[in-house]
Amino acid sequence: MNAPNHTGLPEIIKKHETDLLADWLKEQTALATRQQVSLKEGELKSQCSEFLRLLRKGTQGNNPDISTPEWAEMRELLTSVSRSRAQQGFTPTQTATFVFSFKKSLFIRLRKEFANNADALADETWTATNLLDELGLFTTEMFQKTREEVILRQQQGLLELSTPVVMLWEGILALPLIGILDSARTELVMQSLLQKIVETGASVAIIDITGVPTVDTLVAQHLLKTVTAARLMGADCFISGIRPQIAQTIVHLGVNLGDITTKANLKDALALAMKQSGLTVVNTKKLKEMAA
Amino acid sequence: MMLLKSESLPIVSEQDIVRARQVARQWAIDLNFKLIDQTKFVTAVSELARNTLIYGRGGFMLLEAVEKDLRKGLRAVFEDRGPGIPDIEEALKDGFSTGNSLGLGLPGAKRLSNEFEIISQPGEGTRVTIARWT
Ligand SMILES: Nc1ncnc2c1ncn2[C@@H]1O[C@H](COP(=O)(O)OP(=O)(O)OP(=O)(O)O)[C@@H](O)[C@H]1O
Ligand SMILES: [Mg+2]
Repeated sequence: MNAPNHTGLPEIIKKHETDLLADWLKEQTALATRQQVSLKEGELKSQCSEFLRLLRKGTQGNNPDISTPEWAEMRELLTSVSRSRAQQGFTPTQTATFVFSFKKSLFIRLRKEFANNADALADETWTATNLLDELGLFTTEMFQKTREEVILRQQQGLLELSTPVVMLWEGILALPLIGILDSARTELVMQSLLQKIVETGASVAIIDITGVPTVDTLVAQHLLKTVTAARLMGADCFISGIRPQIAQTIVHLGVNLGDITTKANLKDALALAMKQSGLTVVNTKKLKEMAA
Repeated sequence: MMLLKSESLPIVSEQDIVRARQVARQWAIDLNFKLIDQTKFVTAVSELARNTLIYGRGGFMLLEAVEKDLRKGLRAVFEDRGPGIPDIEEALKDGFSTGNSLGLGLPGAKRLSNEFEIISQPGEGTRVTIARWT
């Protein structure tokens, strides 16, 4: 982009900074009333004057690409504006309004400034529109990101809740897997099992997959890795609850469960684990009957 | 061949893989697939959707319920505009993986399906089609 041969945006912003700021604030307050949101006056004012300062700085560089280092500070500002608005429960539109509402004040100013220069007016309006659109879209994007982060955190909370490692007997742990195992959850459940093995010094861990609808190569790989890791920590690992259709599918996939002990159900796996640990269960009622 | 129903699903996130599996499962149930056939089809869908996401950098799945000679079936087409597969034969070998994985997804999906086809052009993208009949 060539520098224009008339006064450009940075000069205009500098020259009319106070007026622009006042107009823009008025505009935003009016819009806020219409959108029924409440803005914190002090915060808004400092955000707006910072925006003007950075807009002037950014346009001085004559580089309309807002992903460049020249615009880094502006991106930071918009990120923090969208963060704070997302947290206050604004919609994406109400958030992007921060940037878009500036158009009106700026365009009025440009029209006055270039009253006798139609080419310059067209030029600068075009440049400003593009720039403000980019900045507005960026704000919306950041807003979305913040929201996604919030959702992700909530999901992670749920993940942690839904991965219980239970102790079935002294030295015998079980991890009953239920539901969809996407990679995030699989990773997490496996880690929590390994951690429990360390904490309890368990000698056997049983992973029960009765409640897992699909075992694909990703799940299989996680299972294999976990069993290997558990062994390295001195614990044996069984897999139980492999339903017939899952067993067949695993074979078709070509997954080799190798020497991993598998059992049809958790009960059989527990029986084996107890046997390996030298434990037997005795029915005392029957014993008494026999003795009698 | 008659097309009974079709739907296109984007595959651009891990969540979309879950969704692709769920839709595939529901359609298989609706077509009265036996449990084993449901499981095979859904597992193949899971593998191919993940390849689309990871290696194809995202794309979509076109799911179709079809009928041919009074038999019903499901067809899934996975399409991406990723880097493509330079050597399809190699990619179909058990254990071949450029992603430090098991390398069983593609050959596994082939074994789990009645019909299987890959078209891939380096630099243009990849299209994998599978079908399973009742
Ligand atoms: N859509 C695709 N685009 C580009 N390359 C692909 C695509 N799908 C598969 N490939 C290539 O083919 C290889 C084999 O795929 P396959 O699904 O069999 O194994 P994997 O994904 O590496 O491991 P696994 O599926 O067992 O976890 C991949 O490692 C990748 O290099
Ligand atoms: Mg794969």
